[in-house]
This record gives sequence, structure tokens and C-alpha cells, in this order.
Amino acid sequence: MTSLIIAILATSGSIFALIASIGIVKMPDFYTRLSVTIKAATLGMGTILISSAIFFNDFAVTSKNIAIIFFLILTAPIAGHIISRVAYFTGIPLWERTVIDEMKGKYEGGIENLQSSESEEQEKAKEKAGKTNTPKR
Amino acid sequence: MDLNSYLLFVVMPILCFSLILTFIRFMRGPTTADRVIALDLIITTGVGIIALFSIIYNHPAFLDVAMILALIAFLGTIAFSYYLIQEQKKRKK
Repeated sequence: MTSLIIAILATSGSIFALIASIGIVKMPDFYTRLSVTIKAATLGMGTILISSAIFFNDFAVTSKNIAIIFFLILTAPIAGHIISRVAYFTGIPLWERTVIDEMKGKYEGGIENLQSSESEEQEKAKEKAGKTNTPKR
Repeated sequence: MDLNSYLLFVVMPILCFSLILTFIRFMRGPTTADRVIALDLIITTGVGIIALFSIIYNHPAFLDVAMILALIAFLGTIAFSYYLIQEQKKRKK
């Protein structure tokens, strides 16, 4: 029974890895390749590591496996986000049949202008503008 | 067919085939970013292969290597993206 569960989990994980590798060869665009890579590889490796945890049936090995799964799930989306951000700013072209490019025209000044909050210079400029715009009493 | 031979002769070839397919993209990839994500997928598949080896040979000590590899993949991707963005900045100047 245990070996059946292990076999099913390991097979599903390897099939996920196969799907990810087929996607990375066949997809037409860097961004679609990235999207197929991160998700499928993370899920597939997760099932393989769970099967290894079931096989050894030991507390130390199980905690080690959970740590590896945690690292993979934590780091893969961050790495994917950062490499896609860098790829967009270094000018890797989108697929010619891409429907929408929501970032287009918003960040013309380069990567320095892409921040979650406003930079100090922008805040100062805004304060100046606010001061000049407010009517004097 | 017991578990060990099933893992060795069915699951492991699937993983190795996916590794070969990813390596094709690693060789062909038109840009550096394609190669970076192909390398990331190669290392992630390597983590799975190490976990399978630890099942087949009944050695849980191999999993330490898998943990280190999972961290190194992240570091490698971050370092390559930093390098790419620095190159872009230098080209603009």
C-alpha cells in the first residue's frame, strides 16, 4: 500500500517535470516559457519529495523534506518575478500574437522609475507643486 | 515489479528525458534570460532526481545535497538578473 502511494506520487511528479520541459522547448516566447517553468517544476518536485518523506517514515527526513519544499515554494516565484522584470527592461520582445501589454508606455524612463513607492525626488517635486498650487490666504 | 525497479526503470527515465529537453532549450535559447530559466529548471529537476536516488539506494543523507541545490538555484537566478540589469545600465550610459 505504501509503495503504491510512493509510486503514484513519484510518477505524477516526474510527469509534471516532463510537462514543464516540453513547455520550455515548445513555447514561443520568453514570458510564456517562464510561466510554464516555475509552476510545474515546483509542484512536481513537491510530490517527489513527499513520496520520499513517506518512504523513509522518519521525523528527521520528513522535516528535511518539508524544508526543501518550503525553500522551493518560497524562492521559485521570487526568482521568476525578478527574472521576468529584468527581461522586460532589457527589451526582450513579446510574442507577436500577444493580446495585451499592460506595462507599455508606463515606465519609459527605465528601471529606476519602477518602484513600489515614490522616490524622494518625486515626493519633493510633488510638495513643491502642492505649495505653488495652494492659493495664499 | 517492486518499487525500486519501478522507480529506476520508469520514473527516472522520464526525469532524465525532461532534463534532456530542458538542455535543448539551454543550448538554443536566443537570449541570456532563456538560458537562466533553463538552468533554473535543470537544477530543480536535479533536486527531484536526488530525492529519487535517496529512495532507490535507501540513503536519506542525499537529501542534504538537494536542499543546498534548491538554495543555490535561487541565488544563481538572482545573481544572473543582477548582472543583466547592470549590463543594461552600463549600455545606457
